Amino acid sequence: MASEGHKTTATKLVYMANQIAAFFHTQPKDEAVAGVADHINHFWEPRMRTQLFAILEQEDNGLDDLVVEAAKQIRKPGPVPA
Amino acid sequence: MSLIEEIDYGTPASLSEKMITLTIDGNEVTVPEGTSIMRAAMEAGIEVPKLCATDMVDAFGSCRLCLIEIDGRNGTPASCTTPAMEGLVVHTQTQRLKDIRKGVMELYISDHPLDCLTCAANGDCQLQDMAGAVGLRDVRYGYEGENHVFAKAGIAANDRWLPKDESNPYFTYDPAKCIVCSLCVRACEEVQGTFALTIEGRGFNSRVSAGGRHDNFIDSECVSCGACVQACPTATLTEKSVIEIGQPEHSKVTTCAYCGVGCSFKAEMRGEELVRMVPWKDGKANRGHSCVKGRFAYGYSTHKDRILNPMIREKITDPWREVTWDEAYKYVANEFRRIQYQYGRNSIGGITSSRCTNEETYLVQKLVRAGFGNNNVDTCARVCHSPTGYGLKQTFGTSAGTQDFDSVDYTDVVMIIGANPTDGHPVFASRLKKRLRKGAKLIIVDPRRIDLVRSPHVQASYHLPLRPGTNVAVVTSMAHVIVTEGLFDEKFIRERCDWDEFQDWAAFVASPEHSPEAIEQLSGVPAQALREAARLFATGGNGSIYYGLGVTEHSQGSTTVMAIANLAMATGNIGRKGVGVNPLRGQNNVQGSCDMGSFPHELPGYRHISDDQTRDIFDKLWGVKLQDEPGLRIPNMLDAAIDGTFKGLYIQGEDILQSDPDTKHVAGGLAAMECVVVHDLFLNETANYAHVFLPGSTFLEKDGTFTNAERRINRVRKVMSPLNGYADWEVTQNLAKAMGLGWDYKHPSEIMDEVALTTPSFAGVSFDLLDKEGSVQWPCNEKAPLGTPIMHIESFARGKGKFIRTEYVATDERTGPRFPLLLTTGRILSQYNVGAQTRRTDNVIWHEEDRLEIHPHDAEQRGIRDGDWVKVASRSGETTLRALITDRVSPGVVYTTFHHPTTQANVITTDFSDWATNCPEYKVTAVQVGVSNGPSDWQVKYDEQARQSRRIVPVFDAAE
Repeated sequence: MASEGHKTTATKLVYMANQIAAFFHTQPKDEAVAGVADHINHFWEPRMRTQLFAILEQEDNGLDDLVVEAAKQIRKPGPVPA
Repeated sequence: MSLIEEIDYGTPASLSEKMITLTIDGNEVTVPEGTSIMRAAMEAGIEVPKLCATDMVDAFGSCRLCLIEIDGRNGTPASCTTPAMEGLVVHTQTQRLKDIRKGVMELYISDHPLDCLTCAANGDCQLQDMAGAVGLRDVRYGYEGENHVFAKAGIAANDRWLPKDESNPYFTYDPAKCIVCSLCVRACEEVQGTFALTIEGRGFNSRVSAGGRHDNFIDSECVSCGACVQACPTATLTEKSVIEIGQPEHSKVTTCAYCGVGCSFKAEMRGEELVRMVPWKDGKANRGHSCVKGRFAYGYSTHKDRILNPMIREKITDPWREVTWDEAYKYVANEFRRIQYQYGRNSIGGITSSRCTNEETYLVQKLVRAGFGNNNVDTCARVCHSPTGYGLKQTFGTSAGTQDFDSVDYTDVVMIIGANPTDGHPVFASRLKKRLRKGAKLIIVDPRRIDLVRSPHVQASYHLPLRPGTNVAVVTSMAHVIVTEGLFDEKFIRERCDWDEFQDWAAFVASPEHSPEAIEQLSGVPAQALREAARLFATGGNGSIYYGLGVTEHSQGSTTVMAIANLAMATGNIGRKGVGVNPLRGQNNVQGSCDMGSFPHELPGYRHISDDQTRDIFDKLWGVKLQDEPGLRIPNMLDAAIDGTFKGLYIQGEDILQSDPDTKHVAGGLAAMECVVVHDLFLNETANYAHVFLPGSTFLEKDGTFTNAERRINRVRKVMSPLNGYADWEVTQNLAKAMGLGWDYKHPSEIMDEVALTTPSFAGVSFDLLDKEGSVQWPCNEKAPLGTPIMHIESFARGKGKFIRTEYVATDERTGPRFPLLLTTGRILSQYNVGAQTRRTDNVIWHEEDRLEIHPHDAEQRGIRDGDWVKVASRSGETTLRALITDRVSPGVVYTTFHHPTTQANVITTDFSDWATNCPEYKVTAVQVGVSNGPSDWQVKYDEQARQSRRIVPVFDAAE
């Protein structure tokens, strides 16, 4: 009964990233890109960010332009310490 | 140990600063002007006999016992109603007074049973004490005349006599013992504010009544707060526990473990048996008051369902097997290490409890960070007030409410948004109602007509019944009115906030699309009412905002919190008594669990995990190297579990399967894990998916602290030994030891010392200080040695207050032809949250089941009658419950509580969540409702699975 009929994690991450973008779209222009990147850096666990980078590589990934733009400022997760 | 006796001064304290001096029985006494002579005497240590006075309610002057004589004045005035004045010379004991008092007592006793030896109040009866104090030796009138005492008058029935009312599960009302002092009636009015009781009849016919002639207590408006029982000077109103057990012999002050108000109680004991809980007058959150949960609903602590031995099972389809504690610790340690070896360091995590103490919470996050070596720790604040943390941190700079509860006494306009204090935070509601009865104005923003909209002696000036999900639009629109009509506080903003940011925000809110007229269409709030409410808030004097989960549990929860903060700053309502932004916290220690570093991105004291300096403090103290990346939040843990990268979870005192949204997803995530450890009092719903069960302890069984909604750190004191053998902090410590950590805390005070050592806002906190001061509010450090009742007094914690644009973004959870109604959720007074505790007390008498509230119009369209079983279906799932037809909800909106697991309310809630914090959107779900003939397939399947998973293999040789 696991996730049948439910959204995949990737779908959820796209949705969450776009929600964050929706908020920062309404903020002053110069703060918006950094705002999205900071938020994701502050609150997204590395495997979530790793998945986000994988999604970014797909075409038609459904991500908001602001997320795509902010991606340059989102930290690439390093290896997990053993 | 002895019984803590509180001094009863007879009448409330005067707040006047002008002092006057008088002479009482030859002693000079100096008191604030407006103090009664009774109180002044008591302050000098002279107790004037009294029966109808207590310092919890105003003086009444009816018992005629507290009479005094004053030089130069005629007569014998009542000391409770006579104010002390400069130069008065008062005598409390003269021959004349003695004769009058004896005569009065004689009359009382002539209509009172003489069964003192077998009376439940024996040893705690003011009538008995007063008979002794006035030297009553004989009753000349006899006992045969007209009376309320005996069931029979001769051979005929005595019409004046009434049998005991035992309808309330917690206390009895025995009219035969009543002296009609009216203390209970006044306590109900003045302290609780419910007005359930009255005195009916006149003269000798007068008696206490809970409503109509034939109403008993349980059928009345009584909310069972117990204020009347506490006030009663006889055995007329008596706790059933006292009747059963007898009088207590010692007591300790402790803190209630229900809601975020954090009431202080005296736990009155006989040996290790709890006789009763009595609210403590010096408790700064509750000032001597309580609600039905805190005072009476503690029976769960000794309920037969409590699990007292650790248990293990390899598969969740197996029955439970009881094991020794050592076996359990070893099993968990081995499993967690195996999982980490197999799936990586970040494949396990923990959830701290907002029900447990600060010390216990601190240890769980320490176990995760230092023991598991990752930051996968979260807490149930995720699903309630995480947006408060985020929103207030962004705007003010710190994640907490700005005021103390005393502040409500100084407020002029109260705005309540998405909270239902009379049910969720009842003791705060009583304090609020007291202020409202003295003239403060009230604005309520809520989809449902909560009790405060109109109840005895309370009438909201405005109720804005907004459509669920439109908070941001409505609050921003209030800001529109305040800015466009020039009602903002420019001086405050220029001094305290960033002026450029204010101007940017002002221009944003002023645009026409934020006008009340423009948003009326989507919010359903009449524009005119919204305008008038905004004007009242901005111009009515001290304006305070109190809010609850109706604000936070939305896709835009964090945005609404920021909008509220903007409104408070724009109107200058921050940084003094009577104003502020006050989140009404749900759980007893949700503030504390956040303070203690339970969030995956923050160390104790709200310091981000990426901050090198902060990490360094803990690295050195703990001898580890903390990861600098945020960990997984609860919903992310469940996603990762389904993806196969998260396999083990230690859950202390939280029932995520019942309380978190989208039950099927939670169940799927838990089922995908290889080692789920549940540490709880009962086999809760989450335990259906657990492999290890560690028995928990109640708040009565341990030492520690809780931090309430006003940042107040209150002591929790152990009054009985843990039935399971160990306090929760000991269990976590033993688990840590099994995992190779060298912890050696001997007492929770040592854990608080570590918090103080590492966390600047707690630097001054210690158990010694708390024992001395009773409680303190953080920040408590060198700058504020006794804590901080009100925050942001001269400047904001972040420096300048930050105005942030708050654009309304509609949630994607929308109504349509398939799901045309909006479901929202809430609580009821007698039950608490998922009900694990209150369902195991006599409180079930008030709320046996969750009901679906539906407007008569919507019900009629669907052919639903009151009490019918109905099916509620959403995009996530469906459940059934019984309908309650009421116009409290607007057409198009339905409402339910979620206290019972069979309701499965969270099967219907969706996975939408707050954009900033992932706090779930519980408060908006599009549903369809229709008549049903029984439980849904899911409910049937779930019940069967729950029944199966609770099997325990009997052990013949009891463990340990």
